[in-house]
Amino acid sequence: MIDVNALIGPYPFRFVPHPDPDVLIQVLDREEVSAAWVGHLPSAFYRDPTLGNRELFARLGPHRDRLRPVPTIRPDWPRWQNALRDAANAGAPAIRLYPPQWQIGPHDSGIRELALAAGEQGMAVLLTVRFEDLRQRHAMDSAGDLSAAAIRALARAGDSVRLIVTAAGRDMIEEVHWGLTAVEQRRVHWDISWIWGPPEDHLAKLFRTIGPERFVFGTQWPLRLTQTPRANLDLLPDDLRGVSLADPGAMFSA
Amino acid sequence: MTSARDDATTPVEPLIDAHAHFYHAAAGRADWAEVNAARFRAGDRIGITYHVASVLGSYGFSSPTYFPSPKDITVGNDAMLDVCAREPDRVRMFVTVNPNYTDHALAEIARCVRRGAIGIKLLASRRAGDPLLDPIGDAAAEAGLPILHHIWQHRRREWPSQEISDGADLARLAERHPSVTFILAHIGGGGDYMHTFPAIVDCPNICPDISGSGVDRGMLDAALDVLGPSRLLWGCDLTMETGLAKLRALEVIGLSDDDLSAIRWRNAARVFPANSFPRCTVAIGAASNQQATTTGRR
Repeated sequence: MIDVNALIGPYPFRFVPHPDPDVLIQVLDREEVSAAWVGHLPSAFYRDPTLGNRELFARLGPHRDRLRPVPTIRPDWPRWQNALRDAANAGAPAIRLYPPQWQIGPHDSGIRELALAAGEQGMAVLLTVRFEDLRQRHAMDSAGDLSAAAIRALARAGDSVRLIVTAAGRDMIEEVHWGLTAVEQRRVHWDISWIWGPPEDHLAKLFRTIGPERFVFGTQWPLRLTQTPRANLDLLPDDLRGVSLADPGAMFSA
Repeated sequence: MTSARDDATTPVEPLIDAHAHFYHAAAGRADWAEVNAARFRAGDRIGITYHVASVLGSYGFSSPTYFPSPKDITVGNDAMLDVCAREPDRVRMFVTVNPNYTDHALAEIARCVRRGAIGIKLLASRRAGDPLLDPIGDAAAEAGLPILHHIWQHRRREWPSQEISDGADLARLAERHPSVTFILAHIGGGGDYMHTFPAIVDCPNICPDISGSGVDRGMLDAALDVLGPSRLLWGCDLTMETGLAKLRALEVIGLSDDDLSAIRWRNAARVFPANSFPRCTVAIGAASNQQATTTGRR
C-alpha cells in the first residue's frame, strides 16, 4: 500500500503537529503502509516553489527508499521545464499543481502544457481539491476548492496526461467521471482520503459505479488522521471487503 | 493488521456512540432503510454496543432539517421510538424538539421519556443562549436528561438554514442550568474546534462529543489537553469511518486504559440516566476476564 497524499512542512493557517519525515516514517510503520509520495506543504503557498522543492528533496533524502518526492511546479513560472527535468532526475513519480492557490483558471493553456509534459515523462499530476473543510478556513484562506471543470479540462488535454486527484468527495468525483469519455476517465485516479463511508456509503457506491481500479490510497497526512482511509476500507459492505485499489507504484515508476 | 486495529474491530469493552441518527419513510429519501441498515452493519464491525440516536424531523423533506415543524418532529420522534422498539438491545433515543414551540417541545419530552428516551436533542432552531431554551433546560433538569446541542465550532457569522450556536453560546445556556449536562455536538462537524475548547473549559457541565467528518490531526490532542478525557464522548454522527479512525487514533495517542475507557463509554454512562446501558455492565465484566488473558495486546 502506497500513500499518494502525504506532505511535510507546516501549514500556514493552523498548527500541525510534527510534520516531519522521521515522524511520517513512524506513522507508515504503525499503519503498515509501505511507502508514501510526499509533497512540501508550504510550497502550495509560495509564489516560487523552487526553494521548497529543494528542501523537499533534501529532507526526504535519508528516506528515499520509502518517501518519494512530489515537487510543486508552477506552469506560469519561467523555465518550469527545468523544474520538471529536476523532478524526473530526482525520481519523482508525480508533480503537484495547485491551480486555486495560484489563481489559474480551468482552461489555462500553460497548465495543460505542463500536464502533458509531465505525462510524457511518466509522471502523474497530483491535484488537491482542498486542504481543509470549507467551514473552518482562515479568513485569509480565500483560494476556494479546485473545481470539477478544472479537472475535466486537464483530463481532456491529451493522452499522456495522468491525474491523481486528492481530497475529493463523491459529488465531485461523479461530476468529473461522468463528464468524461471512457478514454478520458482512464487518465484520472482519485484518492479516498475525503470520501464518506457508512452509513451513507459513498465509497462503496463509487466502487460499484466507477470501479475500485480508479481509486488509490491517500491520507493527507499531516493535516488529517492517517487512520481514516484504512477505517473506510475496513467498513465496506461484505461484498466489497478486500477489494483492490489501483497500485500507483506500478503505474508511475519514474 | 496491527494490534491497535484488532482492538478497534474486536472490542474488549463497551463502546457507546453518543451521536447517531436514523432515517424513516417520511424523510424524503428512497434509501432510508439501507442507510439505517448500514449504520448497524458498520456499528457491528466497529463494536458499538449502543447507538444513542435521534431523528431530525423530516430531514428537510417537509420542513427544514434545522427548523423542523412540530408535526415533523412528532413523526420523527415516532420513527425513533419505533427503531428503539425494534432494537432494544442496541439503540437508545434522544427526543428531538424545536424550542420555538415550547408547549409542543415539553409535551414531546414527556411523551418520549415515558417511552424510554434518555436525552434531548436540540438543533439550530434558536440560538443556544436564548431564554426560550430555558424551559427545555428545566425539563432536562427535572428528568435528569442530558441535552445534545447541535454546534458550529466558532460561529463567525450567520449561516443559511441554521440559527447556529457555538461553544460560547452553549456556555451561556449551560451556566444557567448547572445541573444539566450539555453534550456539545461534533467537534469534527465543521468550524474551528480550537475556539470551542477554551470557550467551554470553565463549564464542567458541557461534554463535547468527538464525532463529525473532520479528522484534523491535533484536534483530539487539543481536546484532551484543554478539557481532559473525562469530558469527551465518542461518537460518529454521519460518518462512521471517521468515528473508527478517531477511536484508532485515541488508541495510539498515549491514553491510559482508564482514560480510553472513559471516552469509549464510561463518560456516556455517567452523563445519561442511570441504567441506560445495561449491556455495558454485562460487557465490562466479560471484558475484564478477556483482558486478563490478552495482556500486552496494545
